[in-house]
Amino acid sequence: MSVPWEHRRPVQYRASARFIIALATVVYRVAAPIVRAVPGPILLTAVALSVLASWGCMGLFGVVDDIAASTANTEATSFAGLTLTVAEIDVWLVEHSVPAAGAVKYLLWVLQSEIVRDLIAVTGILILFNIIPVYAIWWERKVAGRIQSRLGPMRAGCWHGWAQSFADGVKLIIKEDLVPGGADKPLFLVAPYFAFAPAFLAFCALPLGTYWVFRNVDVALLLVLGMLGVEVVSVIVGGWASNNKWSVYGAMREACQMVSYEVPMGLALLVPVMTAGSLNLVVIGEAQSGGWHTWAAFHNPFAFVAFVVYFICSLASCKRAPFDLPEAESELVAGFHTEYSGFRWAMFFFAEYAAMFVVSALCVTLFLGAWHSPLPQSWALESSSIWAKGLNGILFSGPVWFLFKCVFFLYVQLWLRWTLPRIRIDQVLHACVQVILPIALVTLLGHALWMLWFPAGSIVYAIVNVLLSIVGVCFLGVAVGIAAYGFANRRRLIGYLAVDHLPGS
Amino acid sequence: MQTCSTYSRTVGWTTACGRRAVSAAALIVLLTLCAPVLAQDAPTPGQEAPSLALDAPAEVPAATSDSPVSAVLEAAFFYGFALVVIVSALAICISKNIVRMAVWLFITLGSVAVLYFLLAAYFIATIQLIVYAGGTLVLLIFGVMLTSKSPWARFEIKRGELLAAVVVSVLLAVALIGTLMGTEWPQDQPAEPHAVATLGTELLTTYLAPFEVASVLLLAVMIGAAYLARQEK
Repeated sequence: MSVPWEHRRPVQYRASARFIIALATVVYRVAAPIVRAVPGPILLTAVALSVLASWGCMGLFGVVDDIAASTANTEATSFAGLTLTVAEIDVWLVEHSVPAAGAVKYLLWVLQSEIVRDLIAVTGILILFNIIPVYAIWWERKVAGRIQSRLGPMRAGCWHGWAQSFADGVKLIIKEDLVPGGADKPLFLVAPYFAFAPAFLAFCALPLGTYWVFRNVDVALLLVLGMLGVEVVSVIVGGWASNNKWSVYGAMREACQMVSYEVPMGLALLVPVMTAGSLNLVVIGEAQSGGWHTWAAFHNPFAFVAFVVYFICSLASCKRAPFDLPEAESELVAGFHTEYSGFRWAMFFFAEYAAMFVVSALCVTLFLGAWHSPLPQSWALESSSIWAKGLNGILFSGPVWFLFKCVFFLYVQLWLRWTLPRIRIDQVLHACVQVILPIALVTLLGHALWMLWFPAGSIVYAIVNVLLSIVGVCFLGVAVGIAAYGFANRRRLIGYLAVDHLPGS
Repeated sequence: MQTCSTYSRTVGWTTACGRRAVSAAALIVLLTLCAPVLAQDAPTPGQEAPSLALDAPAEVPAATSDSPVSAVLEAAFFYGFALVVIVSALAICISKNIVRMAVWLFITLGSVAVLYFLLAAYFIATIQLIVYAGGTLVLLIFGVMLTSKSPWARFEIKRGELLAAVVVSVLLAVALIGTLMGTEWPQDQPAEPHAVATLGTELLTTYLAPFEVASVLLLAVMIGAAYLARQEK
């Protein structure tokens, strides 16, 4: 067989690459029939297992802390921080009549080492960090499909293509890792890691609940902001190293955009920081407990404006539409990642979607009550039984509320991307420097004066707080109403021809 | 379609209504499973919220550096990142390509931030990341991209420049090493738990005048830059 293009020898894969390819193939051969047969139960079991696993870890960590506190054995330090002996743990377990103490004591003995606990927690964060982009990408494709009157992925995994991103992942691992001939090879290869690592580090400082935080750092907000800022370097280095004019244009746009939008973003974030008096995200979150009227966005008009300013800047900081100039498909091919392929390309996307989650999480933590539900906490059940506490946990505060709010803002970002047109780079900079920055400055000053003149408890403060809370609820109601209307009419949006060809119709 | 035949069969077996019921039941089971999980985080009205206020004594975790493994790990991290700092700082000087220099500088600054983290100086570490790694460096690369004539511009050092650089470096090294040897370093100082709050209070009370002078200086620089950059009318 003769081909019109120059013949290329097949790529010689290294042993590691061959191993990964073989692994992916085996996983596909084994998993595909199972996934095809029982898609729903697999999904639900996975969710249930992850919830149970995180619960188990948190529970065991708590028990270890309790034992360590009750057995004041501080002078003896032993190898790897294993200060308690198995016998001491056994005594505590028998005292508190814990079932299956015989097996649990050895587990607890291992878990008392901070290193082991940190490894488990980091694994958990890594899984969360990987699951969020996988599903955000799938969801983005579904939302894009619905908005454009098509279906989006429907085949992989059968139920609305829920396994599409996993299938894509397998494909991307197998793809050839191309480096363009004229590229600066080391920088080209290293750039995706500069995107991936900061996004992951931001997750380490992000609290999901009062106690659900890996490292309760005093400067958590600054750390997360710093990580978001460092991510730009990957775009610039990757774009420059590609030695492609589209990539360099994308990188330069990103640099402009990030450097200018970081300023109003930081100023807007100072407003809730001033309200709570701390940079610690757990403290800021806890300061907003007690119902929707205590959320920082509703404290005064300036705080509400700051919330809107922050949201706009967060769109710019993770290159989402209408600020997606660095990868503008219609003008720059794919912007800074034009030359990337395979898994390195996927890493840029993982970082982007993880950053979207992080900015949503910051928005929720700082302005919209963090992990607290809108219901007033005075309604919480008084009973101290585990089920009453569990119900309180679901209805009033907890990681579920936090994830729910974050996912809502993630959805708003997807929604905006497929609705708004992209704006020009000069418009982006004009909007930042001449509109958003002055607004942010006035907001900061106004908030400071408001805190000085109308402290919490004064009549003006209370009236404005109530009015703003009502406005906020109206906004939320409208958003939920639109979403519900869209969901109710989802078949109408697609069209009857498509519905008739759905699998299972 | 062959791929989804099993799915179609399943659908034929359970009606859409049945599937909804199964999903609802699964959701209820899931929420029940979640209940004890969330119980740990639930507020109880009678109970007081966890004291997280600034004036409350911070829960400084028990020093884990006592155990040999932790100490070894900490030392390994310190020497590892110190090595990275030195190697990447040397690489800045050795490499000829300006963008590679910037990337090496990025690695140096990041590793110095890690060293600050190891010393429990979180505020300085994060500020290092935001201001130097995230801000200054981006501006630097941006300036290079806008001003460089060709993408592969290289720096060639003249002999005189090399001589001057060596003299300056040796003088600096002598001065630094002399200072380091002559200083009494405080050992085993516990990390300040609320360094940010203390720092902010000090900046706005004791050191208000220098702080304001620095702000005015920055403002003057900004106005000057804007004046230089504006278009001639």
